[in-house]
Amino acid sequence: MSAVAEYTPDEMMAVEAARRLGDDTVCFVGIGLPSLAANLARATHAPRCTLVYESGTIGAKPYRLPLSIGDGELAETADAVVSVPEMFAYWLQGGRIDVGFLGAAQIDRHGNLNSTVIGPYDRPKVRLPGAGGAPEIATSVRDVFVLLRQSPRTFVERLDFVSSVGSRVRVVVTDLGILAPRDGELTLTHVHRGVSVEDARAATGWELRVADDVDETDPPDERELTALRELKAR
Amino acid sequence: MADIVSLPDAVAELVRDGDSVALEGFTHLIPHAAGHELIRQGRRDLTLIRMTPDVVYDQLIGAGCARKLTFSWGGNPGVGSLHRLRDAVENDWPRALELEEHSHAGMAAAYAAGASNLPFGVLRGYAGTDLAQHAPIAWVDCPFTGERLAAVRAHRPDVGIVHAQQADRRGNAQLWGIAGIQKEVVLASARSLVTVEEIVEELDPRPGAVVLPSWTIDAVAPAPGGARPSYAHGYYARDNDFYAEWDRISRDRDTFTSWLDEHVLKAVPV
Repeated sequence: MSAVAEYTPDEMMAVEAARRLGDDTVCFVGIGLPSLAANLARATHAPRCTLVYESGTIGAKPYRLPLSIGDGELAETADAVVSVPEMFAYWLQGGRIDVGFLGAAQIDRHGNLNSTVIGPYDRPKVRLPGAGGAPEIATSVRDVFVLLRQSPRTFVERLDFVSSVGSRVRVVVTDLGILAPRDGELTLTHVHRGVSVEDARAATGWELRVADDVDETDPPDERELTALRELKAR
Repeated sequence: MADIVSLPDAVAELVRDGDSVALEGFTHLIPHAAGHELIRQGRRDLTLIRMTPDVVYDQLIGAGCARKLTFSWGGNPGVGSLHRLRDAVENDWPRALELEEHSHAGMAAAYAAGASNLPFGVLRGYAGTDLAQHAPIAWVDCPFTGERLAAVRAHRPDVGIVHAQQADRRGNAQLWGIAGIQKEVVLASARSLVTVEEIVEELDPRPGAVVLPSWTIDAVAPAPGGARPSYAHGYYARDNDFYAEWDRISRDRDTFTSWLDEHVLKAVPV
């Protein structure tokens, strides 16, 4: 691996997520980091990775990163464009999606997510956009990948609202490292370069379980970083 | 058969205070011009229905048109929160807003059931979530396998409003690109309005297009540019800058009110 330049936590997260996608992966993608990660996989090691956006575009191959899940370029480059009820019934519920990315405002130790409210539902302190596709993505795809910055405000002992359940969460990629479920509880398995296990503990609102053999992730290599920055510059 | 009428006449004829109204468009062909006409005509106590209420619903809510919102994701796509929606839910401004909250899959099933003239839709959904307590859903056992599934009450809006690229002179409407849930909304609704970019002599058949026959629509209203700042595939692109700018405009009540006054209330209808 070549010498590594400076990179941001978001770039580290996108690269770690992209590494988990292959040419054969059918991947349900949301806007932001998931879309960046999936398109980075396409631009590097997995050019045939199938990107599905919930607006109905299957096999979208955008040149530019879309700002919304329904940008025209997604439809123009897709293998198929289907209606919204078909997307959720035939394709998602039908069990045809391998990987679904989710984010949230809060996560608990079981991978349950909150994207609905902070505070009580009827009089919330912060009204968030809501669950959208998450409840059924979380239970219909084979593997759920969560991308979320780690802090005591987001990694909480108790969710204010359960928007989606964590039973299929296989990995949580954060700006500090990687968590994966072991015996039903999210466990720190990796830290990124320059991050300590103590940093990760301090950024977690519950008593964080740590694997015996915590590893360090590989920083983005030059090919990954160049491809990622090219994508964002388009 | 659909009458071809002006947008103000169509809204005046079809939408009444207290109606449930679904203006749909999943990230494409969002009927902004029709939403603005609802605001100009001062409709009140509406139950607004939409999977992805975004900027035009933020405007309707901030203008005080809505009593209730039925939805599954309420945000500014790629930008962040809807500040008028938040202000209504968190602070009752300009009035309290009742919420009926679903998942996308639940909303899609509810519209499909409505279009099918069924009382409910069925899906493998909501399980384990707190949404189950806030949406009108029930659990049913499959009569064949015994599997427990979610039943969601059908959406039957009083009025469905969508935007399409074209209609012909008899009122047959055609839309293409990302087709979202527009067909289901029109078929599920008691009355329907389709605004269009243009009226053409004959519709050109297009692969994958959704065609709504004239007899499924009550009114067709020409509204060129009527989806802006959303986009109309083949006509104009999404105005991404406006979506970003809406974050600033909508954050403050006074800024929002002045914007509404200048760009909607005093604007000339298309």
